[in-house]
Amino acid sequence: MSIFLDKNSKVFVQGITGAEGSYHTGRMLAYGTNIVGGVTPGKGGQKTEHGLPVFNTVEECLAATGATHQCIFVPPAGAADALFEAYEAGVRFSVCITEGVPVHDMLRVVGATPGMRIIGPNCPGLISPGKSSIGIMPGHVFKEGNVGLISRSGTLTYEVVDGLTRAGLGQSTCVGIGGDPIIGTTFVDCLREFKNDPQTKAVVICGEIGGSDEEEAAAYVKEHLAGMPIVAFIGGRNAPPGKSLGHAGAIISGGFGTPQSKIAAFQAAGVPVADRPSEIPKLLAERMAAIA
Amino acid sequence: MNLMEYQGKELFRRSGIPVPRSQHCTTPDEVAAFIKKNPGKWVVKAQVLMGGRGKAGKIKFATNADEGRTVAHEIMATPMPPNRQNPNGEAIKSLLVEETLDVALEAYCAISVDRTTKKPAIIVTKFGGMDVEEVHEKHPESFSTLFVDTAIGYSPFIGRKLAFSSDLDAGYRKAFPAILAGMYDLFFKYGAKLVEINPLVLTKDGRVIAADAKVELDDDALFRHPEFKEWQTVLPLDEDESLATDAGLGIRNFRRFGGTVGTMANGAGLAMGTMDAVKNAGGEIANFLDVGGGANAERVRNCYELVVNHTNAKVFFINIFGGITRGDEVAKGIVEALNTTKSRKIPLVIRLTGTNEEEGRRILAQAGMTPVETMDEGAKRAVELAGAS
Repeated sequence: MSIFLDKNSKVFVQGITGAEGSYHTGRMLAYGTNIVGGVTPGKGGQKTEHGLPVFNTVEECLAATGATHQCIFVPPAGAADALFEAYEAGVRFSVCITEGVPVHDMLRVVGATPGMRIIGPNCPGLISPGKSSIGIMPGHVFKEGNVGLISRSGTLTYEVVDGLTRAGLGQSTCVGIGGDPIIGTTFVDCLREFKNDPQTKAVVICGEIGGSDEEEAAAYVKEHLAGMPIVAFIGGRNAPPGKSLGHAGAIISGGFGTPQSKIAAFQAAGVPVADRPSEIPKLLAERMAAIA
Repeated sequence: MNLMEYQGKELFRRSGIPVPRSQHCTTPDEVAAFIKKNPGKWVVKAQVLMGGRGKAGKIKFATNADEGRTVAHEIMATPMPPNRQNPNGEAIKSLLVEETLDVALEAYCAISVDRTTKKPAIIVTKFGGMDVEEVHEKHPESFSTLFVDTAIGYSPFIGRKLAFSSDLDAGYRKAFPAILAGMYDLFFKYGAKLVEINPLVLTKDGRVIAADAKVELDDDALFRHPEFKEWQTVLPLDEDESLATDAGLGIRNFRRFGGTVGTMANGAGLAMGTMDAVKNAGGEIANFLDVGGGANAERVRNCYELVVNHTNAKVFFINIFGGITRGDEVAKGIVEALNTTKSRKIPLVIRLTGTNEEEGRRILAQAGMTPVETMDEGAKRAVELAGAS
């Protein structure tokens, strides 16, 4: 098993003929992802440099290929449209790599696509090592195994995974959920899936300062995942002083968002918080031994 | 993009939110001329993005043209005093001359984007006119929040419900739902991340008026509103932000800390992790630098110059974990920087892994450089070199 994605998942790439879309399609294929085609309006009927069929619309692509998983590499102005087109055609799983999608576009998308699992936007995608990868993660640092990983950051994810892999701790699925204010899939959404995944025996949560996603994840762990070895890391503890966020936002999250609040929440849920990424494998191994 | 008060109020006017009668002026003479034509008691307000105008003496009253000119001079004579977030203060380039209101009560309302529910959130409290964080400390129970279902959008019942639940004075009730309708309209139409009225004034003669306006537009949505181009006013950049911009980076991608270990990484998360690693290895950080995703050779070269010329770095730790960033591009940039730079040379510690790492390592090897394997190893090596040089 694994969550969201396995070797049979049929993937299509929206924006497959663009520079990024084409480049990363090649890399995903090399990793073993079952990419069955792509969509670029006006280029229907052509083949990509990888020999994949290109379609004008998502509907045509699905009819011809039976694809189920969308990967989006279109520019920001077209991202919501790509998600709506996929939803309307019946797609229920999408990964939006695009950075810079207007926040109101995502408000509309999440409000109007019930039942659709959207990863991102502004994310590196997800990977079920040894099986399939959707997005831009560098496949060779991952190793198949039993640790689930969820992260808000891109490059920090690779750093953490590299450490896990070197320590012999392979991964079931790693999900980069993205750093935007409005994202389709949260830590808790992923934890729910990991809970029911027989392959996943432990979880690493890589959070960041800001928002309250980590606090909610901690609350979920406390309630539902007490028997699962879990380790967290909070990036940005020495963050450069930024400009203040909107006051209204700060009030809604009721004091959440600081590193202290997140660390305290995890500790209260029995989740050790690593001081640096390189500590994660050791802490996780300890938790696994303690719980077993 | 944060808007100035006069810009926010212009959007309020377009959206049907009542605002005081006003004139935007750029010189004391304009202020005097306006008051001469429109006798009465006027308030003259500095147009800046920083908060705390009242306390800084940048809001003053005038009852005739001469007084208007004098207070305008006084306000514009000095910039807004610096604070922690704006160490350079802010120059005052224009003023808003506005009708004075006979205030009976002051409330607060705002619409923003809530990450948790993924919906627009409307927040109301009957305690307005002071810093909203202060209100939250003193009267936390006074806030009413409602999350809007985007499929329904705004409907007047929302305004009625909030007016009752926040115990707004009866004088507000008739006008309030329409004011929120205007705010919601503005929020959606212009892609705002925040629309805030503080205070929402109830005057002694029963009018409800937005006495201030705070609007933050989503930078990612500005391509839909090219008309705001001319409104782009920003806080003056501090030195780090200017240096970042000059190097082709985002304003928040570079910050100096005064230590001797220069750092650069791709992605903010990894850049912060790199600083942690240097600290953990016992070093002092010269700077934070996020080179961004998909960096090409030229950007890498610019970052090299930035760190070497503008920080106290005695060693430069480059930590790249490629996803969308390609290792060969970074390596090319490093080699080019070293070959073309006229700046002082400092030892480099390079960690290069991820996408196209073999090609990147080959390019570095040809130039006689051997990357380290891990972040902690690189940090340790960099700290040693900083101590030795």
